Formats: sequence, structure tokens, C-alpha cells
Amino acid sequence: MSQPPVVSVRDLRVYYGTRRGPVRAVDGVSLAIGAGETLGLVGESGCGKSTLGRGILGLLPEGASAEGEVFYQGRNLIGMPRDQLRRLRGPELGLIFQEPMTRLDPLLRIEGHFRETLRSHERGLGEREIRRRSLETLGRLGIPPTRFRLYPHEFSGGMRQRIMIALALVLHPKFLVADEPTTALDVIVEAQILSILADLRKGSGTALLLITHNLGIVAEACDRVAVMYAGKIVEEGSAREVFASPAHPYTRALLASTISLDTTELHSIPGAPPNLIDPPPGCRFHPRCPDAMQVCRTRDPIEQRLDDGRRVQCWLHGPEVAIPQGGTAPLGRKEIAVAEEA
Amino acid sequence: MSVALGSGRQPRPRWLRGGTAIGRALRPIAEAHGFARAMLWSGAALTAFFVVLAIFAPWLSPYGFDQYRSGKELFPQLAPPSARHLLGTNVQSTDVLAQVIWGARTELMVVALALLFALSLGVPLGLFAGYFGGIFDRVLVLLMDAMFAIPSLLLALVIAFLLGSSIASGVLVASLAITIIYVPQYFRVLRNHVASVREEPYVEAARALGARPLTILIRYIFFNVIQTVPVLATLNAADAILTLTGLGFLGYGVQPTQGAEWGYDISRAVADVASGIWWTALFPGLAIVLLVTGLTLLGEGLNETINPVLRQRATAKVEFEATTLEPGGP
Amino acid sequence: MPGAGISLKSYLLARVALVVPTVLILLTLVFVLMRVAPGNPVSAALGGHVPPAVIKQIARQLGYDRPLYVQYGVYLWHIVHGNFGITITDRRHVTRIIAVNGAATLELTVAAMLVALVVGIPGGLLTGRFRDRPIDAVGRLFGIVLYATPVFVLGLLAQIVFGSVLHWLPISGQASPLTEATLQAHTNILVIDAIIDRNWPALRDVLRHLVLPAATLGLVFAGVFLRLVRVNVIRTLKDDYIEAARARGVRERAVVYRHAFRNALVPVVTVIGLEIALLLSGAVLTETTFNWPGIGHELYIYLENRDYAAVQGIVIAFGLVVVFASLLIDFVNAFIDPRVRYQ
Repeated sequence: MSQPPVVSVRDLRVYYGTRRGPVRAVDGVSLAIGAGETLGLVGESGCGKSTLGRGILGLLPEGASAEGEVFYQGRNLIGMPRDQLRRLRGPELGLIFQEPMTRLDPLLRIEGHFRETLRSHERGLGEREIRRRSLETLGRLGIPPTRFRLYPHEFSGGMRQRIMIALALVLHPKFLVADEPTTALDVIVEAQILSILADLRKGSGTALLLITHNLGIVAEACDRVAVMYAGKIVEEGSAREVFASPAHPYTRALLASTISLDTTELHSIPGAPPNLIDPPPGCRFHPRCPDAMQVCRTRDPIEQRLDDGRRVQCWLHGPEVAIPQGGTAPLGRKEIAVAEEA
Repeated sequence: MSVALGSGRQPRPRWLRGGTAIGRALRPIAEAHGFARAMLWSGAALTAFFVVLAIFAPWLSPYGFDQYRSGKELFPQLAPPSARHLLGTNVQSTDVLAQVIWGARTELMVVALALLFALSLGVPLGLFAGYFGGIFDRVLVLLMDAMFAIPSLLLALVIAFLLGSSIASGVLVASLAITIIYVPQYFRVLRNHVASVREEPYVEAARALGARPLTILIRYIFFNVIQTVPVLATLNAADAILTLTGLGFLGYGVQPTQGAEWGYDISRAVADVASGIWWTALFPGLAIVLLVTGLTLLGEGLNETINPVLRQRATAKVEFEATTLEPGGP
Repeated sequence: MPGAGISLKSYLLARVALVVPTVLILLTLVFVLMRVAPGNPVSAALGGHVPPAVIKQIARQLGYDRPLYVQYGVYLWHIVHGNFGITITDRRHVTRIIAVNGAATLELTVAAMLVALVVGIPGGLLTGRFRDRPIDAVGRLFGIVLYATPVFVLGLLAQIVFGSVLHWLPISGQASPLTEATLQAHTNILVIDAIIDRNWPALRDVLRHLVLPAATLGLVFAGVFLRLVRVNVIRTLKDDYIEAARARGVRERAVVYRHAFRNALVPVVTVIGLEIALLLSGAVLTETTFNWPGIGHELYIYLENRDYAAVQGIVIAFGLVVVFASLLIDFVNAFIDPRVRYQ
């Protein structure tokens, strides 16, 4: 990245407060996205990727608290007064949701949705201008003007998602978070949506955080990828390189378990994702890691930067000096089994 | 090795943890907090108070409900509250406190009976109509809808009026009248719930596995929909008390010779009020308000805790630990 | 799925068609109920007051000696032609009773409904929006205690406070004798009649008589609306499109008022329809308490006199009102909510 990043996240933590203790959904995440760049965020269900996406935009539910830094245009979004943050949403920051079917007010026409969105940020906007801008954006997404005055239930799922994307784009935000935008749609519609998102980065230089559990989408649509596990980013780098030679055992396991036409047998990762209220000590992946070492059980891995610019959190990549005597000895199967039960 | 408990957490009693069906059903109640909890427990307390009055009436009440003398001595008529008659006496020289306590028994007895009948009739009908559909369902729905069209008090009034001449027991008359009002309600709720649950994937799966209709009905559907019944029954009980007192106020249902009835007492007290006599109307009136409020609070409290739509997870404040990140970002 | 679904017109036609079997069953139900008791209706009403021979004669005159199915046929025929029967005790046409006293009941119930809506809906919106804060607790308790107070108790209380103690308002009747003498009966709805005549003193008198009964009946139902609207607001605030609107930077106030409240109020229209039946029930008690000359009061008197024919006619009238009111409500609902027609 030659220019400064559009969004820069530093040590972001998002915890949910529950009676039994805080759920550490996002536990110290740092990343940066530049203009026109698409960063894919992958991980299993429940690893915290949705929370991360929402945490960056400040759209957390009741009971969640965030700490850390999210820099956008020189200001920290964390701790920013609510109304200031609200004004950024739409013209600067955008969110595309997963299930399009329920994201539109059933009593309001599409026209009304656009009018509301535009007027919330540009108070005195005239009807003609509202119509012009809305139809232009909708047109880019393949929705004809004749359908502008229809109600949401008169559209199919794929079209509703396109309307949602249009609503997110109509004010030309510089940073978009797309939270599993195609998971609820069939593959043909998915391909259409992805190509629309691809046009975005080329055309308007929007920075996009694409959250998904589908590695295929990442390979196709993303410049860089961040792999998330149990609230932490375990590996992050250029998509091509990470997929060609994964540095973290979890990334390796994820790739191995994807299914393609060449697949002859099914691989899965043994065990289950950890309890985020009380995660395993040391590296959170160690109970399920085939290459786990003694040190992995006792100490949190320190982030390393590899030669090709990648970041990885794994003791396999050092730093050697931080590993105590005997720490590189492999973790026995029995010990792993015990750790699993814990 | 068990995972270390988070700070400050007490282990839950064994019967409440997973496992048993009762434990699962009761857990939301134990976890209730805030206003829902206040409602639940205050409603339960009020209701329990009246239940105690009803059950132990013979021992708690100083006199019989139609007792107008003690030995040779006649009670005073319309006497204000005193040591002998804590809440005063009414125009028939009976003790007001006795009327209130025995009245609790009348109210609860009639309502319990009525709800029992209504449930035994409405629930099975609703289950079958909802599950099997067809003509049976259509006819019943139309029938119940027609019954809904007649305002409930009117219907009860007419039934009480009709049965009053042939059935001696006022309690039974009133119960039957109220039953007729609530059967369509239970029927409708159960039927609609069953009709929607029937389309759920897990029922379809059971059918695919070859389970017999009766098995599906009982094991899957019944246990699922039965959860709505306690809340509905409690709220209906509240409404039934109002209907019963309404009937009593108009002179139908339980007759004064057969038992004490708060609504009837108030109808007698209307004339007293003009002369400045307040105790004959106030205490029965207060009793009605308290009992119905108690039942409603209980029902609403249950609804807030059990109904997933309204249930709220308790949240706690989050304390962040100091960060260990060195300056200089990614 | 784009553009599919029945048009508004066909939905309405289907809905109207549904009324026919409902009404038929209602009429049959009432007919059966009235014949359940032993003996014939005439002896029940007049037995003991009038010699048996006369009773038999009257019974023949009114057609109670014919076989049941014939009576049923005649009964249905009459209803369809707007003849709801003749009372046994005082030989009045039930339709006449409905016209005269029905107007009084209508005046009362409409006014009560207004009170219920004006108090209940804003109450529900507020308590739902500020769930679990003090205003919610107070509002809900208020709604519950009001509902728990029987209409005759609240009425009695109101009569004591505003009538006997403060002497602000009249506690009985629909209008003072003077007004009743001077007011022309156009619609029999005294408020409207007074306005038509531009008779302002009469209007004032009629309104003063209306306040207590309408407020009493209305407040009891305000609690019902409050609880309903509150639950709907809570439910709606959890809906996905609320979060989506916030994500677009829409102001919180617009999110709550435009999206949440509007969606939350949609079911209220349906509930108004359901409440009409309850409101009519409450009207009977209110009319008895305040001596209001409505149908409920008449029903009470005819019940006392065991006049089956009158009771039958009046109950049918009540039932039909509810059925047609529900129909009207469904129409309004179909206009408001575009999704309804697609069911």
C-alpha cells in the first residue's frame, strides 16, 4: 500500500457482557484496508467475524462493549459520540447484511427507503435529485426504474440484496463491510453480486471488508485475506500467497477441508471451536492443531512478519528467542485430548 | 479437570441444570430479572394469598357467609368496621369480612372448574382440528368464530339465564357459562399453533421416519404447544373472575343463598353508597381488583420469562484488562 | 414472486363471502340456545301473571306451537327481512328497540373506544420504547390495575368522586329531562342530534352525561390496548430492518417513529375489531351502573322478565354488529398492510 489505509484497526477488542463472564468475541485484532482494496475475512461460524465487522462500524447490540482503535480519516471511531458516528454511516461507512429478505421495512416503498437514506444526510434534498441519484445507483445494480415505487415483498431475494447494496452505495461511502452478502442466495445470483462488488473496487476505489466462510469467494474476489479463529487473526496476507502456501496450521486445515471437483475424501478439523468466555490458555488453536508444541499450551504466540509481508500468529514461525527450553517438543496426543476436554 | 468458573458465579442447583425436562422448563423462571421477575413473584404472592383464603375459609373466616346472628344475638345492620366485625356489616346483617373470605372460595372454585372444563374440551379439539384439518377443521373454526361473535358477557349471561332454571347449583351454572366463553379461545389458539407447527421441518422429518400420526401429535406437537397454555390459562382466569363478578352484579350465576359472591355484594352496596356507607362496596371491590391484578401479573410475568420473543438475556458490564500491544501498528 | 397475489377487490369479495356461513351459524346457534330450556317461551315470560288459556292463545299467535323446523324456517325468513321478532312481555318490535336504544349504546361505545385509543396507544408506544425503565413499570402497572377493576366498580368510584363528593358531573342517564324534552330525535345519537340542531346548551348537557360512562368503560380497555401496542413495539424494535436503517445512518428518532411505531400499530386495527365484542359486553354493565338507556340495559330488563323472544332478538343484533364490524376492520387492514392481500 503506497497510500495511507482508508481504515486502520489497532488492538480492537469487542466483548459481550454475560452473567457468566465476558464473551471475548474479538480479542485484540489489528488490520488495515486501503482504497480500492478488498480484504476477505474468513473463519468458522462463531469465530467473531461478524462481530468484528460490526464493531468496526460501531453497530454493536446491547450488552457489547468495544475498546481499541479504529482509525478512519484520522479519527478513532471507538468512543466517538453516537451522533457523529451516525453521520458517518451512509456517506462514509456502509454495511451490507446477510439476509436480504427481512432488511427492508415492509410498509415502505423502495422509493421511500431511498428518500429516507438521502434526506437523513442531506436535509434539503429535492425530490427530483433524490429520484435521479436513486435510479442511477439502482441502475448500476440492474434494477429498472419501473420498479422504484414497489414494495419490498414484491421482489425476489436476489433483487432485495441488490436493493440493499444500492442503498448502501447511494451516498458513495469510502469503506464498506459486506457481512456474508451471498450466503443466503443461490450461486447464480451470488456470481452476479460478486461481480458487482468487483466493479466497485475498480470503479470507485471503495475499500471493502468481505466477511465470508466460503474460501472460494475469497480466492476469486479478494486481494488480501485475514483468517480468524476464536477472536484473533491468526494469518493475514495476499490471498494468492496465503492460499498457495498457508503459514498457519489452521489455514492449512481450512484449505484441506474445502471441497472441489478433485476431492476424493473428506477432511475435517477434529474438535470444536473453543468457548469464548474461557478460551484455552496459550495459542487458542492448540487443542486441535496437528503441529502443536509444548510452548503453544503455555504462551500466547507473538505476531510475526514473514518475508512476503504476511502476518502470522504461530509459534512454528518463532520468534525462537521467546520459546523456553524444551518448548519446541511436540504436544502429545494425550495432552491434546485432555486439553480438548477442558 | 473442569473449566475454572468465572469470578462470582454460584453453581446452579442440580435439578435446574440441563437434563430433566422440568429443569429445562423452569430455568427461564429462575433466570428472570428486572420487572418481569417483580411481576412474577408479586403476582404469585397475591394469587397465593387468595388461594389460601379460599382453601382455609372455614377456619379463617370469623362467621359463615350468610350468618346474620351469633347465638341469640342478631348482628347489627350496616354497622361500620369494629372489633366484632372487622370490615363492618352489610344490609342483610352479614359480616363483610366473612363475605370477602368466602367469596374468594366461590370465585376460585368457579373459575378453576370452568377452566378445567374449557381446557378439556378446547385443547383436544384444537389439537385434532389443527393437525388433521379438512372438513372437521373448517366446521369447527366456523362454529367457534360464530361463538366469538357473541360478546362474552352476553353469552355467559344468556347461558346462566337458560341454565339457571334447570340446574340448582349456582356454582355449576356459572362454571358452565364461563366454560362456553373460553372453549373457543383455547380451541383457536391451539388450532392455529398446531397448524403452524405442523409445517415445521422436524415434524416433517418425524413423518418421513414413519411415525404414526398419534405419536407425532403427542410427542412433538403437544409438548411444543402446551407451553402457551399456562400463560393463557392464568390470563383467562383473571378475565373469568371479571366475568363471574359481572354476572353476580347483574344477579345471575351464584345465588346469595348458595355462596358469597363479590359482584353480587357490590350490586347490593350501590344503594348504600348514596347514604355515605362505604365499607360494603369498598372491600369486595378491593378484593376483586387485587385478585385479578395478582393473576394478571402472574400471567404477564410468566409470559415475559417464557415467551422467547419477549425474553431478555441478562447482561453484565464489561471490564477490559490493560492491553499489551506495543506502539507501532500492523 | 414479483407482482403476484390477489388484487384488493378479489380479497374483499372472498372476505364478504365468508360472512354468510358465519352469520348462518350464529343465527342457528342462538335459535338452538333459546329452545334448549323446557316449556315454551310464552309460559316462561307470562306464566303466573296470565291465565293458562291466554298463554296458549298467545303461543299459537306467535307461532310457538308449530314444529321446530318450521319455526326455524320462519325465523330465518324474518331475519333476512329485517324482522328480529316481537317481545312477549310488551309487544314491541325488537328492531324498534335496536333503533332507539341502539343509538344510545353506539354513542357510548364509540366514545369509550376513543378514550381507550387515546390513552392506550400512546401509553403502549411509550412503555414499549422505554422498556424496563420507570415509565414502563408505571405504565404497565397502571394498565393492569385498570383492567383488573371491574367496570361497575370503577363506575361506582367515579360516581362517588365526581357525583356525590365533587358534584361536577351527572351520574345517571343520557341527558337531563329538559334536554330530552327539547331535543329533536333525528338519529337518536344525542350528540349528533344536538349538533344538527345547533342546540349548544343541549350539546353541553349531553356531553356532561357522556363523560363518566365513556371514561369508565374506555379506561378499562385502554389497558388492553396499552399492553398490545407495547408488545408490538418491543417485537418490532428487534426486527432486522430496524438495524439496517441504523446502519444507513438514519436518525434514531426516525427509526423509532417511522419504522418501529408504524409497523407496531398495524395489528392494532385488528385488535380494535376483536375488542368490539368485549366493548359491547362492558356496555351492558356500564349501562346498568349509570342507568344509560342502551340496548344492554334493555337486555337486562328483558332477562329479568324472562322474555325469550326479546333476548333472542337482541343477542342476534349484538352478534351481527360484531360480525360486520370485523368485516369492516378486515377491509381497513387490507388497505393499510399491503402484505395482507397476498395470503
